[in-house]
Amino acid sequence: MKQLKTLWDYLDDRTGVSTLLGALAWHLVPPNIGWPYVLGSATLVAFIIQVVTGIALATAYVPSAADAYQSLQFVTQQALFGKVLRGIHFFGASAMVLLIGLHVIRTFLMGTYKFPREMNWLSGSVLLFATLAMAFTGQLLRWDQNAIWSVVVAAEQVGRAPLIGDLLARFTLAGDAVGGATLSRFFAFHVFFIPAIIFTFVGIHLYLVLRNGISEPPESNRPVDPVTYRAWYQNLLKQRGVPFWPDVAWRDVIFGVGVLTSVVLLAWIVGPPPLDKPPDPSIIEAQPRPDWYFLWYFALLALLPHGTEQYVIVFAPLAFGALLLLLPFIANQGERSPFRRPWAWVVVLIAVGVVGTLGIAGDQAPWSPDFSAPPLSAQTAHGNSNPVAEGAQLFHDKGCELCHAVDGVGGHRGPDLTQVAKRLTPDEMTLVIYNGRLNMPSFARNLTPDELDALIAFLRSRQSTSPAAQPDIVSK
Amino acid sequence: MLSPKPEIRMQPNMATRRAITRRQFLEWLSILLSAWGAAIVGIPIIGFVLSPLIQKPPQLWRAVGAADRFKVGETVEVTFLDPSPLPWSGVSAKTAAWLRREGEQEYIAFAVNCTHLGCPVRWLPNADLFMCPCHGGVYYQDGSVAAGPPPRPLAQYDVRVENGQVEILTRPITIG
Repeated sequence: MKQLKTLWDYLDDRTGVSTLLGALAWHLVPPNIGWPYVLGSATLVAFIIQVVTGIALATAYVPSAADAYQSLQFVTQQALFGKVLRGIHFFGASAMVLLIGLHVIRTFLMGTYKFPREMNWLSGSVLLFATLAMAFTGQLLRWDQNAIWSVVVAAEQVGRAPLIGDLLARFTLAGDAVGGATLSRFFAFHVFFIPAIIFTFVGIHLYLVLRNGISEPPESNRPVDPVTYRAWYQNLLKQRGVPFWPDVAWRDVIFGVGVLTSVVLLAWIVGPPPLDKPPDPSIIEAQPRPDWYFLWYFALLALLPHGTEQYVIVFAPLAFGALLLLLPFIANQGERSPFRRPWAWVVVLIAVGVVGTLGIAGDQAPWSPDFSAPPLSAQTAHGNSNPVAEGAQLFHDKGCELCHAVDGVGGHRGPDLTQVAKRLTPDEMTLVIYNGRLNMPSFARNLTPDELDALIAFLRSRQSTSPAAQPDIVSK
Repeated sequence: MLSPKPEIRMQPNMATRRAITRRQFLEWLSILLSAWGAAIVGIPIIGFVLSPLIQKPPQLWRAVGAADRFKVGETVEVTFLDPSPLPWSGVSAKTAAWLRREGEQEYIAFAVNCTHLGCPVRWLPNADLFMCPCHGGVYYQDGSVAAGPPPRPLAQYDVRVENGQVEILTRPITIG
């Protein structure tokens, strides 16, 4: 024991480590730092989880377009703890996105971006974008069918940028199409470039937190005045400051370990996201979907009025980025208390409401055709040999059922037609079928008069839910 | 903590202008040499990373099947390799198109990418429609927009028949 103490004293004398760590651990922070302040450190915990699990996964993952899919299958199905590690990496990513989002909301509501912490906010904004970039590139490294089509969708989106759109798209794909170079590029970004940015800005962010001090909990009628704030803050620390360790840090430890434990439990219980079909662009039966954190954006692009997505894709991210960067400069003083800044709540509630609602809509994706819809049952069709049954068969064969549901079977892009006869006359039905609508094609060229008659007969029979369709409405 | 820049103290008999000039020279020398070092390493790195923007792959005719395999009036999926597959591309080097035989010598080949956001459109043979699984875009059999968000008709490939084989001229994914 004495020898260890001697060794420690020697190392400490030569490195000054206790002086450095002591200054960090015991620096004074304002009193009454509560639970809302744990979100930043928890985001860092999630990032560390990603780094260590990512390094472990990289020992088996092959970043080659030909082999990545098989190597992930090996990791998931055969490697010891491989499935759990993939799960931890996935839920760690989810936790990081969620926590950094909550951290941004917390700092915004508490006005922490105001003087003198403008640069804290800006460095945090870079970390927010880098985290989202990590989430997106990570999904692509699964290199399954969903991943390759997501790359194409990403290239199409950056391709909408004026003047440089083509260049950005080619840069994204690493060429003219998805191929061998594409995965290598995303792997390099996910494993080297973006983490390097995150490490750098985490360092800057922490340095700024130490330099400017942890923001004191805001109080009403205590506005930030750049002229007097620093002196006031130093006086607060001098009179009522408490050491960061352990007076404040214990909450960070408890919450961080809670996050870690939750991520690992979810990885064990739920497991990693399953791999889709192989990454073969010639397999057309694909239904690309982003991971949960981008479902809201997927929904937004589906629900925008036609022709406007061009502007949203290009200008919305730019506007969001500009707002984040400008915020600390256009409002760097005054009230910090969330109770005195109702508009901050309005902004947060609208943003969370919109993203949450769109996320749920994106998960359900009612605008997507239901390619798996089976033919309508004989009960729904009212038999097998009458014009109504023939119309029901046409309803399936002509693709109507992909977008319209009857008795719970079919897609939801168009109106439910279970009781369409109550709403439309046969003439009105014919008009819609022949002319189409904004989201419905015209069938004038691919329906014979007899087929139209049968289809109308079927639709006219849709007065109410078929008794046979309750409760088992789906024809197996 | 960084040390502050040392204050320059002049010796009484030192030619002030000469001493400052020498110091400035050393400053500029160091800065320029560092910039030179960054440039000779950085330029190849940037060029390498941006090479997909500079080097355009060739367009090639790819055979997709014997002409008599395709029936007039039918639309079928054909697959072929992209123009410059890398040895480690695996199945990701494959691509597909929808080929429609209009007449004895007339063919149309459509890109599978929806012009909305690039998702792969499917052909519904009984409805004579292409439909996109992502946001519900619909196209008629001639590739024109039938419904939904697509801003343009489906992109087309050049097609020819050579030695009894239908060939498609490869092209980049249509962007924007």
